Amino acid sequence: MPFLVLVLRNALRHKLRTALTVVGIVVAILSFGLLQTIVAAWYAGADKAAPDRLVTRNAISLTFPLPLAYRDKVRAVAGVKAVSYANWFGGIYQKPANFFPQFAIEPESYLAMYPEYRVPEEELRAFVRDRKGALVGRKLADTYGFRVGDTVPLRGTIYPGTWEFTVRGIYDGEDAKTDTSQFFFHWDYLNETVKKRSRGRADQVGVLIVQLEDADRAAAVSEAIDAQFASSLAETLTETERAFQIGFVKQTEAIVVAIRVVSYVVIVIILAVMANTMAMTARERLSEYATLKALGFPPVFVAGLVLGESLAIAVAGGAIGIALTFPAADAFAARVGTLFPVFQVAQGTVGLQLAAAALVGLVAAALPMRRAARVNIVEGLRAIG
Amino acid sequence: MSGVAAPPLVRVAGVSKSYRRGGQVVPVLADITLDIPGGAFLGLMGPSGSGKSTLLNLIAGIDKPDAGSIAVAGVDITRLPEAELADWRAANVGFIFQFYNLMPVLSALENVELPLTLARMDRRERRERAQATLELVGLGDRMEHFPSELSGGQQQRVAIARAIVTDPRILVADEPTGDLDRHSAEEILALMDRLNVDLGKTIVMVTHDRRAAERAHSIMHLEKGELFAHEELPR
Ligand SMILES: Nc1ncnc2c1ncn2[C@@H]1O[C@H](COP(=O)(O)OP(=O)(O)OP(=O)(O)O)[C@@H](O)[C@H]1O
Ligand SMILES: [Mg+2]
Repeated sequence: MPFLVLVLRNALRHKLRTALTVVGIVVAILSFGLLQTIVAAWYAGADKAAPDRLVTRNAISLTFPLPLAYRDKVRAVAGVKAVSYANWFGGIYQKPANFFPQFAIEPESYLAMYPEYRVPEEELRAFVRDRKGALVGRKLADTYGFRVGDTVPLRGTIYPGTWEFTVRGIYDGEDAKTDTSQFFFHWDYLNETVKKRSRGRADQVGVLIVQLEDADRAAAVSEAIDAQFASSLAETLTETERAFQIGFVKQTEAIVVAIRVVSYVVIVIILAVMANTMAMTARERLSEYATLKALGFPPVFVAGLVLGESLAIAVAGGAIGIALTFPAADAFAARVGTLFPVFQVAQGTVGLQLAAAALVGLVAAALPMRRAARVNIVEGLRAIG
Repeated sequence: MSGVAAPPLVRVAGVSKSYRRGGQVVPVLADITLDIPGGAFLGLMGPSGSGKSTLLNLIAGIDKPDAGSIAVAGVDITRLPEAELADWRAANVGFIFQFYNLMPVLSALENVELPLTLARMDRRERRERAQATLELVGLGDRMEHFPSELSGGQQQRVAIARAIVTDPRILVADEPTGDLDRHSAEEILALMDRLNVDLGKTIVMVTHDRRAAERAHSIMHLEKGELFAHEELPR
């Protein structure tokens, strides 16, 4: 009885001080969780990448296209099961802040390669049939209220002019990790329009998507594809979808690193605050620790009181912080809309939060514990009065 | 008493103690030799700074001398390592402090139970013994009160209950009435007298107060770290 009773009642002794400390930990653990979730959201595309899909792009950079003619040559490479292609459109819907990815695709071959996009049969047919039709993800549709039959105008940046599309279908993801923030339309429609305006830019694709017969041969097939086009006008770079996604994220890696650093800095700050609280607490109670030691309680008992109190406060704050992370993440996701295709608190993040809270409790108690355990009985008793 | 052949309960032999303060050595106790028979009620008097508390702390095993030995019931406690000394204190010494030193977050009953948690004893037995001891000191109706809800005299009685609940060989009290008014002080002294006479507890009590010291059976006077006079009081 006495150990836990002492720990808990000691923790509640200075109600205001404990409450403020708990609030600090709640805020820190919550911020940490949200920042970690943002980092995870950044890499969500890579997480969902299929191992049997390759992406072939221009070796110079993503912004340089490839001739459509490459499609057939790639299809002829041994180990390739199917090839499709897509162009990044980069249009603006109403205002630049409304960001979501738009791709011009060849509907049948492309969607056949992405079984994780679930489209109702009828809507799929309607989309394929309508040259100016669009297929939008569920999350995108929810964010902007797109419904089947709606007309969506996009202002082109790479491809000038205002483009109008009619929503013909809405796709769902096979699970919560599937990106449903995308906007697809017909490559043919894009190409014909481009052809009319500037013949030189026609019949070009942004990337080729390659489906493998055997995911284990990804490296060999990639090499074979790139070898085909070595020292040709447009050399290619082929990598797995995952590597491609990570490469894409790498462009903004500095931000991700900064966010990650900030998330840990938050923990370090709360650790310093907590350590100060525990030092103050232990100092005030030295005469009690001395009394306990005089009565014959061993130093570990006294150290345990300090550690227990510190852990109790830290874990309580951590638990509340974790509980608040979920609604906070939902609110955040709703606010930023389709900026992050997938925004979910991962189990690993909760684990990290719990570990961070425990670490804060543990480290903050380290020095005060030592001091309490080593208090000289006579001096500690003298401190009274 | 002088005719009894049994060895004294506490035997302090040639004990010295000094403190270093800023490179200067301040002698506090110089070559103290003293026997305390079992069942004694000894008062330790002397001016402030004469070393009374220091001597009491040495006997209680919460401080160590620079030289000399202190044997309690045949055990030289100056040679015990820290952990064994702590166990020894838990089993043999009851502490009564000037400022009571109760745990403020524990009720009277829980405070008295506290030292019993160091003994191998089940919950129920612990509780029953603590209750009986609180009743013995006249606080049967205050068990659930917290120290802040008790008067000074009541707190000191809780502290006395905590000191005797483990049935120690020796009680040490450093100015147990120093913070109390006359009336409460009298009650505490009467209680200590009962512990000595009725329960046969050996008590060593430091006090400034002549009237408090007169409740003891003998008084030792300390001056500048030396034992100076020993008076036997008529019972
Ligand atoms: N930790 C310490 N460092 C230096 N000097 C100390 C220390 N503890 C005690 N002293 C000195 O030892 C001497 C004796 O102290 P002690 O507390 O035993 O006196 P006392 O007789 O109990 O006095 P009082 O009646 O005021 O309680 C004093 O001069 C005191 O200043
Ligand atoms: Mg003193």
